[in-house]
Amino acid sequence: MIHDIFILIYTLIKVVLITLPLLLFVAYLTYLERKIIGYIQGRIGPNRVGIYGLAQPFADFFKLLTKELIIPTASNRYLFLIAPVLALVPALAAWAVIPFSEGLVLSNINAGLLYLFAISSLGVYGILIAGWASNSKYALLGAMRSAAQTISYEIAMGFAFVGVLMASGTLNLQDIVLHQQGGILHWFWIPLLPLFFVYWVSAVAETNRAPFDVAEGESEIVAGFHVEYSGMTFAIFFMAEYANMILVSAIAALLFLGGWLSPFENIPVLDAWFDWVPGFAWLLLKTSGFLFLLIWLRATFPRYRYDQIMRLGWKVLIPITILWIVVLGFSIESHLGPWFTEERMAITHDTFVG
Amino acid sequence: MISKLKYYLKTILLVELFQGLWLTGKYFFSKKVTLQFPEENTPTSPRFRGLLALRRYPNGEERCIACKLCEAVCPALAITIEAEPRKSDGQRRTTSYEIDLFKCIYCGFCEESCPVDSIVVTKNMHYHFEERGQQIMTKEKLLAIGDKYEAQIAADKTLDEPYR
Amino acid sequence: MLLETIFFYLFAAGVVLSAVGVVFLRNPVHSALSLVLAFVFSACLWLMLQAEFLALILILVYVGAVMTLFLFVVMTINLDADIKKQTFVHYLPFGLLLMALLAALLLFVLKPAHFLSIGQPIIQDQDYSNVQVLGKVLYTHYVYPFELAAVLLLVAIVAAISLNPRQPSNKKTQNTEKQLYIKRADRVRLLSMPTEKKP
Repeated sequence: MIHDIFILIYTLIKVVLITLPLLLFVAYLTYLERKIIGYIQGRIGPNRVGIYGLAQPFADFFKLLTKELIIPTASNRYLFLIAPVLALVPALAAWAVIPFSEGLVLSNINAGLLYLFAISSLGVYGILIAGWASNSKYALLGAMRSAAQTISYEIAMGFAFVGVLMASGTLNLQDIVLHQQGGILHWFWIPLLPLFFVYWVSAVAETNRAPFDVAEGESEIVAGFHVEYSGMTFAIFFMAEYANMILVSAIAALLFLGGWLSPFENIPVLDAWFDWVPGFAWLLLKTSGFLFLLIWLRATFPRYRYDQIMRLGWKVLIPITILWIVVLGFSIESHLGPWFTEERMAITHDTFVG
Repeated sequence: MISKLKYYLKTILLVELFQGLWLTGKYFFSKKVTLQFPEENTPTSPRFRGLLALRRYPNGEERCIACKLCEAVCPALAITIEAEPRKSDGQRRTTSYEIDLFKCIYCGFCEESCPVDSIVVTKNMHYHFEERGQQIMTKEKLLAIGDKYEAQIAADKTLDEPYR
Repeated sequence: MLLETIFFYLFAAGVVLSAVGVVFLRNPVHSALSLVLAFVFSACLWLMLQAEFLALILILVYVGAVMTLFLFVVMTINLDADIKKQTFVHYLPFGLLLMALLAALLLFVLKPAHFLSIGQPIIQDQDYSNVQVLGKVLYTHYVYPFELAAVLLLVAIVAAISLNPRQPSNKKTQNTEKQLYIKRADRVRLLSMPTEKKP
C-alpha cells in the first residue's frame, strides 16, 4: 500500500517534469509562429515585450488570465466550461508514451502506438462539446466540420500507422525507433514515403491547422467552435491546439525520422563528431523541424474548401495508403534491404514468438 | 490524355505545393518592411491633410479676417465663426472660431478657400482627446497649433507653391 | 492490492452511474455524452484486467469514431427534451420486460456458480502483450471467422456507398474533380496588344 502510494507520487513528479516544459514549449511556439509567419510576410513579428519580444507569451498569458470569462446565458454552463479541458487533456495525456530517448519514457507500454491513436481521437470531443454548448450557430457549424474532418482523416492516419507497424512489427514506440537504427537511409521515411506524406497531411488536418482549419475558418464562420470563448477558456483551446501540433510533430519524428537516433550514424567522421549530442536533442531538433513546416504550411496555403477536404481524405489519401500497404507487404516478404533484411525482421520475430 | 497524365503526375508529386513553399520560403529571408512606429515614421507629403491650424503674420497679427468663406465651403459643417469689429481698432475679426474635429473630414477645402492663408491643414496627425468637448478646437487652440508648427507649415507651403 | 480494489470500485461505479445517466438524463446530448463516459470507464476496467488492446480499441472505435458521429447527429436534429420525458413512462413496462429478459439470459448463461469460482483475475508478468496474444489467436485459430467478418463489413460499406445517390438529378452540385482539373489556360487568355496612343 505505502509502496503503491510512493510509486504514484514518483509518477506524478515525472508527469509534472514532462508537462511543465511542454507547456513552456507551447507558450513559445505561439511566439515562434508569430515570428515565422511575420518573417514570411515581410514583417518582423512581436519584438516589443522583452528582448526580441521574448516575453510576449507571458504578456499574452497574463492578459488572457485577467480578462473576463464570459459565459453566454443560453449556453450549457458546465459543458461550456469543461470543453476546453477536454480539448487540452488528450493533447497532454498522449505524452505518457512518447519516448524522449532510449529508456527515457514515462510509460513504456507495448500498445504505445495504439494508445497514441486512441488518445488523439479523443481531442475532437473538446471541439464538439464546445460547439454545441456555446448555443451559437457559428460554433455549431465549426464543431460539425471539425467532427467530420477529424473522423475522415483519422482513417488515413490509422492506415499510415499500420504501415509503420508492419515495417517495425511492433506497437511499442521505443522498439519502432530502435528498428530504424543504422543512419538516415535506414529510417522509415524512405520505404514509407507515401505513408509519411499521408500521415503528415492527416496530422495537419487532425490538428485543425491551416490549410485544413475549416473548424475555425475566421473568414467564413468567425472563429468556429470557440467564438463564444474568452479569457482563460480561450487560452486553453489555444494551448490545446499548439500542444497537439507539438504532439503530431513528435510522432512524425518518432515514426518516420528515427526519433532520437542521430542522422550521422555509421558515417565515418561525422558519427564521432556528433557522438556527444544526447538523443533527446535530436528528437527536439526533428520535432522543431516539423513544427516549422507546420507554420510554413500555414503561411503558404489558402484554406481548403470543405468538400475538397472530404474528397482529399476519402478519395485520395485512403486509396494511396491501401495501395502502399500492399506494396509494403510484398517488400517485407521479399526482405527488401536495407530496411526489411532478414536479421532486422528477425528481431521482431523473436519478440513475437517469445 | 497526355495533359491529363501530366496533371495527375503534377498532383501526385505535389509540384505546385512545393512551388508555393519555395516562394514563401524565399520571402522568409527577404528584407523586412516593418516600420518601428514610434521611433520611425512613414514619409508624409507636404500636402498631407492632418490637424488644422490658424496662422499669423510675421508681425504677430492673426491672418483671419472673418470672411466666413471656410464656414460656407465646409462640406461637413464643422466650422462655426462669429465676428464683430475689434474693440481696439475696429478691424473685422472673429470673436469665436470653432472647428468640431469629430465632424471635420480633413478635405482641406477651408484651406483652399481662405483668401489670406489663415486656416491651414498641417502634417500633424498624432493627436488625441481624452474627454468629450476637447474635440472642439477653439480659436486659441488653433492659433497655438499654428504658432507651434509655423516653421513647418511655411516650409510645406513653399514646397507646394509651384503647383498652385 | 487495496489501491487496485479502490480503483476497480471507482471505475465500476462510474460505469453504472453513467449508464443510468444515459437512460435518465433529459437532454439527448447529455445522454450521448454519458454513454461516452460509460465507454471510457469500461475501457479503464479492461485496462485493469491487462486487456489493453480491447480497452484502446473501445476508446478508438466507440469513443473516438462512433460516438462522435452519434453526437454529430444528435446535435443537428435538435430533439425536443420534453419528448423523452413523456415517452419514458410510456415505454417503461416494455423496457422493464426487456431488462428482465436480459437479466434472465445472463443468469442462465453465467450461472451463479461461475461468479464464485472466478475469484481474482490472473495477473500476467511484465512481458505479457495483450495485442500479440490476441493477434495470434485471431490469425490462427479464428482466421476464417475473422476474414468472414471483414468481408461482411466490406459488403456493408459497398452497400452503403451504392445506396447513396451519385448524381442528384434535380440539384445543382459541384463537381470537385472537374473544378480541380481547371487550368489557368482554360479561363484566362493573355493577349499582347499594341498601345493605342503613344505616350
